[in-house]
Amino acid sequence: MDLKFDNNTPIYIQIMNWIKEQIVSNKFLAGSRLPSVRDMSEQFNVTSNTIQRVLRELEIEGIIYTQRGIGVFITEDMDKITNLRLNMSKQLVEKFIGSMRLLGFSNDEIIDVVIRITKAGLTDADSNKDKGSM
Amino acid sequence: MQTVIKIKDLCKKYNKRYVLKDINLEVEKGVITGVLGQNGSGKSTLMKIISGIEKPDTGEILINGAKPGVSTKSQVAFLTENNHLYDWMGIKDAIKFYQDFYEDFDAKKCGKLMDFMELSEDFKIKKLSKGMLQRLRLSLTLGRNASVYLLDEPFMGIDTTTRDKIIKAINSYYCEDSCVLITTHLIGEVERILDKVAFISEGSIALTGDCEQLRFEKNQSIEDIFRNLYV
Repeated sequence: MDLKFDNNTPIYIQIMNWIKEQIVSNKFLAGSRLPSVRDMSEQFNVTSNTIQRVLRELEIEGIIYTQRGIGVFITEDMDKITNLRLNMSKQLVEKFIGSMRLLGFSNDEIIDVVIRITKAGLTDADSNKDKGSM
Repeated sequence: MQTVIKIKDLCKKYNKRYVLKDINLEVEKGVITGVLGQNGSGKSTLMKIISGIEKPDTGEILINGAKPGVSTKSQVAFLTENNHLYDWMGIKDAIKFYQDFYEDFDAKKCGKLMDFMELSEDFKIKKLSKGMLQRLRLSLTLGRNASVYLLDEPFMGIDTTTRDKIIKAINSYYCEDSCVLITTHLIGEVERILDKVAFISEGSIALTGDCEQLRFEKNQSIEDIFRNLYV
C-alpha cells in the first residue's frame, strides 16, 4: 500500500479516500475482507486510532460493515459502489471545472477541450500500440 | 477512555525562574501524545517529573492514581535524552541489566525489537554508532511492558533511515494498554503517528488537542501550527 500523505489534511480522510479508490477501481472487491487494524496501521505507519477512525467513518457511510469477531468487509451492495463511483467522479470533475473557469474557459470550451484531448489521448495510445506490435 | 496520567496546576521552579507553570494535562490509555516545544520550553523537565526523577513544587501529578515514586517507577519506561548504559557493556549485558532492574522487562519483545532494529547481542556498547545506540536504547525501553512510555528526543542526531525505523518501531510495538509521550522538534516526520499534541511554550501549555481535529480545523499540518504558534 503506497500512499504519500499530505500532513495538511486529516490523515484519516486521506486513507478513507484511498480505500474508496481501491473499491471503485475494483482493486478491493465487493464483499472482500479488509486487512486488520494492526496490519493497516503498520502498512500506512499511522496509529491504530487513526485506522479505527477510518473504519468508523466508512461504516457510517455504509461502505464497509463489521462482522464481530471475524473482520471488516466491503459492502456487497452494488448500488452503493456505483454511487460511490459517481460521487468520486463528480468531485473530480467539479474540481477540474472550477480550475478551468478560473482560467476563463466557458462550459462549451471546457467540453470541447475535454473531447479533443481525450480523443488525442486515444489516438496516441493507438499509435503506440501499433508501434509496439510492429 | 481511561486516564493514565493526570496533571493538575503543576508548577516547577529552578532557582526563582518558572520552568513549568500551571500545567494541566490528561493522557489516556492507548494514545500517542507529542509534547512539542522549542529548546528550553520545559519539555524535558515535564518528562522528568512524570518519571519521578524530579519533583514538582506545587500542583498534582498522578500516574494510574498514584503520585510518582517507587510504585510508579515500575510502570514508567523512560528513554532519557542521554545514554546511561556503560561503555564496558555488551548488548547482552545491557539486556541483563534491564532484566534485573525492571520486573516488566519482556526479553522476547526486546528480542523482536532488536531483530527489527538489526542489532546483534554480540555488539559492544562502546563500538556502537550513535544511531545504533539509540536503536538499542529504544529496544530496551519499548521492551518493557510499562503503562507509560516517555521518549525524550528519540531522534536526536539520527539519520533519516534510522529515524523512520524508530518511528515504525514506536508505532508497532507500543501496546494499546499503555500511553506514549514523545518530545521532539522534528514534527513533520513524526506527526502522523501522533494522536494528540501538547504544545509547550515558556513552561506553559500553549495548545493541546487531537491532531486530526487540529488539521481539520486549521487546514494545516501540526508542524505548521507549531510554527505559527511561535511567530
